[in-house]
Amino acid sequence: MNPFLPTTVAEAGEQSPSHAFDVRALREDFPILRQTVRGGKPLAYLDNAATAQKPRAVIDAITRFYTQTNANVHRGLHELSERATSAYEGARATVRQALGAAEDREIIFVRGTTEAINLVAQAWARPRVKPGDEILITEMEHHSNIVPWQILCGQTGAKLVVAPITDGGVLDLEALDRLLGMKTRLLALAHVSNALGTINPVQRIVEMAHAKKIPVLLDGAQAVPHMPVDVRAIGCDFYAFSGHKAYGPTGIGALYGRAEHLEEMDPWQGGGDMIASVTFEKTTWNKLPWKFEAGTPDIAGAVGLAAALDYVAHIGWGPIQAYEETLLGEATVAVAAVPGVRVLAREAPRVSVVSFTMEGVHPHDIGTIVDLNGVAIRAGHHCAQPLMDRLGVQATARASLALYNTREEIKALVEGLRQVNEVFGR
Amino acid sequence: MSELQDLYQQVILDHNKQPRNFHPLEGKAMRAEGHNPLCGDRLTLWVDRDGERLKDVGFVGSGCAISKASASMMTEAVKGKSEAEAQALFELFHGLVTGEAPVDADDPRLGKLVVFAGVRDYPVRVKCATLAWHTLRAALSGGRTVSTE
Repeated sequence: MNPFLPTTVAEAGEQSPSHAFDVRALREDFPILRQTVRGGKPLAYLDNAATAQKPRAVIDAITRFYTQTNANVHRGLHELSERATSAYEGARATVRQALGAAEDREIIFVRGTTEAINLVAQAWARPRVKPGDEILITEMEHHSNIVPWQILCGQTGAKLVVAPITDGGVLDLEALDRLLGMKTRLLALAHVSNALGTINPVQRIVEMAHAKKIPVLLDGAQAVPHMPVDVRAIGCDFYAFSGHKAYGPTGIGALYGRAEHLEEMDPWQGGGDMIASVTFEKTTWNKLPWKFEAGTPDIAGAVGLAAALDYVAHIGWGPIQAYEETLLGEATVAVAAVPGVRVLAREAPRVSVVSFTMEGVHPHDIGTIVDLNGVAIRAGHHCAQPLMDRLGVQATARASLALYNTREEIKALVEGLRQVNEVFGR
Repeated sequence: MSELQDLYQQVILDHNKQPRNFHPLEGKAMRAEGHNPLCGDRLTLWVDRDGERLKDVGFVGSGCAISKASASMMTEAVKGKSEAEAQALFELFHGLVTGEAPVDADDPRLGKLVVFAGVRDYPVRVKCATLAWHTLRAALSGGRTVSTE
C-alpha cells in the first residue's frame, strides 16, 4: 500500500489532455516508489536532479523492444531490422517534437548531456577556435559544462571566461552582456542550474548573444524534466539533455543542433553507420544525423526515452508545472523554517531544487540522518565545485522534486532535519 | 533514533565540536594533505617525530562530523606511539569501521576509537572515518596528497 496520502492540485493549464493532477494515481506508475527502506521507512525519493525514477511505460517499452523488436538499425533487410530502425527513428521524431525542433536530422542521439557538450566542443568548436578566442560560461555550471571547454582551451589556446552570478544565485545579465565580446566564439550555459535550481532567462540571453553574432549552447539537463522546451522559440544553436533525469533510461540523451551548424561540422567519432562509403583511400560521411552516430547506438535507450517523453506529454505540462511549483514553494518554506537552515538562491526563479545548508553541520551528516528516515537527498558539491566556492560553502544538501513527490515526503524530510538538530544539540 | 545514536555517539559529536590537536605544527614536522572529493572533506596533518616515536600530531581542515572526529581522536590515539604501533592501530581501526576483519570491540588497543564501530553499517561513510588515517600514513612515508576516492 502506498504510505503517502494523496495530494491533489487542480488542473491549471489549458494543455492538459484530461483530468486534475492526481499524484497518488501517478505514483502507481512508478514501481520503485512502492518500497520501504532502512528497516521499514517508506522511501521518499528526493534526489531527482541526480536521476529520476522510471514509469512502467518506460520499463515496458524497453522490455517490449528486447522481447519483440531487437535487431540492429540501418542495416538489415529483414523484418526485425526494419522494425528496429523505425522504432529508433520514431524515437528521434518524438525527441524532435518534444524540443520543438524543425527537423528530425537536427537531433543527434548521444549518451547524455555530457557527451553532447563534448561533441560540440570537439566537432564544432575545436576546428573553429583560435588562440586568444574566448569561450564564455557562467559560475553556476555543472562540471560537464566546464571541463569539456577547459580541454578545448588546452587544445586550441582559447581562453575560458566565466560570467558571474549574484549572491542570490542569479546570473548577472549586465555582466554577461559585457563579457559577450569581440573574441567570444561561444556562450555555453545551463538552462536550469543543477545545484540551485535557478532558471536562466535563456530566450533573452540568446538574443543578447545573437545580437553580437555569438552562438549559444544550452545545457538542458535540469530543464527538460520540469518544463516544456522549444528550441526554436529560445533560438539557441545547440541544446543538450539527458534521458535519465526526464524519467527515461540511463545512457541515452540527445543533442539538438541547428542544421546549418551540424551540416558544416565534421564527424566527431569514426566507425560504422556514420559513413556513406569507405575505401582505404577515401571515406565519405553519411548524412545528418547519422554522421554523428558512429557505431551501434543505444536503440532500446532511444525507445525508452521516447516513451518517457510521451508519458510526460500525456499528463501535460500545465498540470505538472502547477503541481511542482506548489510543492517546491511548500518545500522551500518548510525546510527554511527548520532552525539553522539557510536555503540558497531562495528568491531566484527556480524549479525542483531546494539547496540548503545547516549551521554547524556538514551536509554529509544531514544526508546520512535523513536517509535513516527513508529520505533520499544529495549532499555534496553537486559536480559544481566552482559554484560552491563562489557561494562560500563547502557543499550543500539538496532535495530535488519530481512530479511524483508529495507533501508527506516533504514532511518526512523536515522531520529528518529536526533530528539533525537534535543529534547536533541545537 | 537508536541507529542514529550508534553512528553519532556523544564522543564523536564532542570531538566534532571541539577537535583536539587542531592546529598546525611548526618546524620540521612532516606534513600531508588528505582529500575526499566525494564530500569535500579536506585536512592537513602534521607529525613531529622523535626517532621512531610520534612526538606530536596536529591537524586542520574541514569536513563532516565523522571525518573531523576521527581525525581528532586519531591524533590523541597515536601521540606518543611508535610508527609501528600507529600502523598496527590503523589496521585494527580499518577492520573495525569496514567490518572486513573481525575486531574485538573490547580490544584494549582500540580504546575510545571503538565509538566508530557504527560506521561499518554505512559503507559510504567509511572513507570519512579513514581519511585522517590514510593521511597519517602518507605523512609518515614522506608526505604527499592522499585521496580517498
